[in-house]
Amino acid sequence: MTEVRVYRRPIPTWWWVRKRTYFVFVMRELSSLFVGWLVVYLLMFLWAVGRGEDAYADFLDGADSPWVVALNVVALLFLALHVVTWFNLTPQAMDVRMGSRRVPAAAVIASQYAALVVVSAFVFWLVTR
Amino acid sequence: MTRRRIEPLVWLMFSGGGVVAAVLLPVLAVLFALALPLGWVSRPDHGHLVAVLGNPLTQLVLTGVFVLLLVHSAHRFRYTLYDGLQVKLKRTTAALCYGAAALGAVAAVVIVWSIG
Repeated sequence: MTEVRVYRRPIPTWWWVRKRTYFVFVMRELSSLFVGWLVVYLLMFLWAVGRGEDAYADFLDGADSPWVVALNVVALLFLALHVVTWFNLTPQAMDVRMGSRRVPAAAVIASQYAALVVVSAFVFWLVTR
Repeated sequence: MTRRRIEPLVWLMFSGGGVVAAVLLPVLAVLFALALPLGWVSRPDHGHLVAVLGNPLTQLVLTGVFVLLLVHSAHRFRYTLYDGLQVKLKRTTAALCYGAAALGAVAAVVIVWSIG
């Protein structure tokens, strides 16, 4: 079989920095890296809790250091970008219906924020009660 | 052919992980990465945390949560490298991303079920 060779115009690595929408798109996708970091952080925390009271206290004291706090603040900013973009995209990915009528996009988005508030309040109560 | 069969599952887990990352991860991150270390709220008693985290229901939920988040993260980062940062080493990046997620999943199971 003869191989068909197609010319592909090379795309520069930094194609996404010039336009705002492209930039936000790549930042949104990069949130994945920070979701990964937060999982690692939470697992380290759980590991410390499992090892005992002293390890738990030491971990929280260590997480107070400026570098860890800075990294976690950046991670939370990326996570916030994920939350907003994810909620906004849901009505486009899902056709929610009640009876035969389509639920308006604004209602789908609002209900997700409501879920976020309820889940957050429950976890906060469970941990701090 | 196996790739074809597994791909819908990976996308499904990506979506599930995306929902978990949007609805549950923020409160966990704010609480355990900022509020407790910086003393915004008083630290819960160690015994209380062990009781909550050692409950099999919590452990079951956390196992699912961590696995979904890891697949979500790996899958999305794989495509960020490919489309965003123009890293065209398809097989290598896929192996590294999913490999890291698999390692994380094993660690998550071991850690979550060792408490209590």
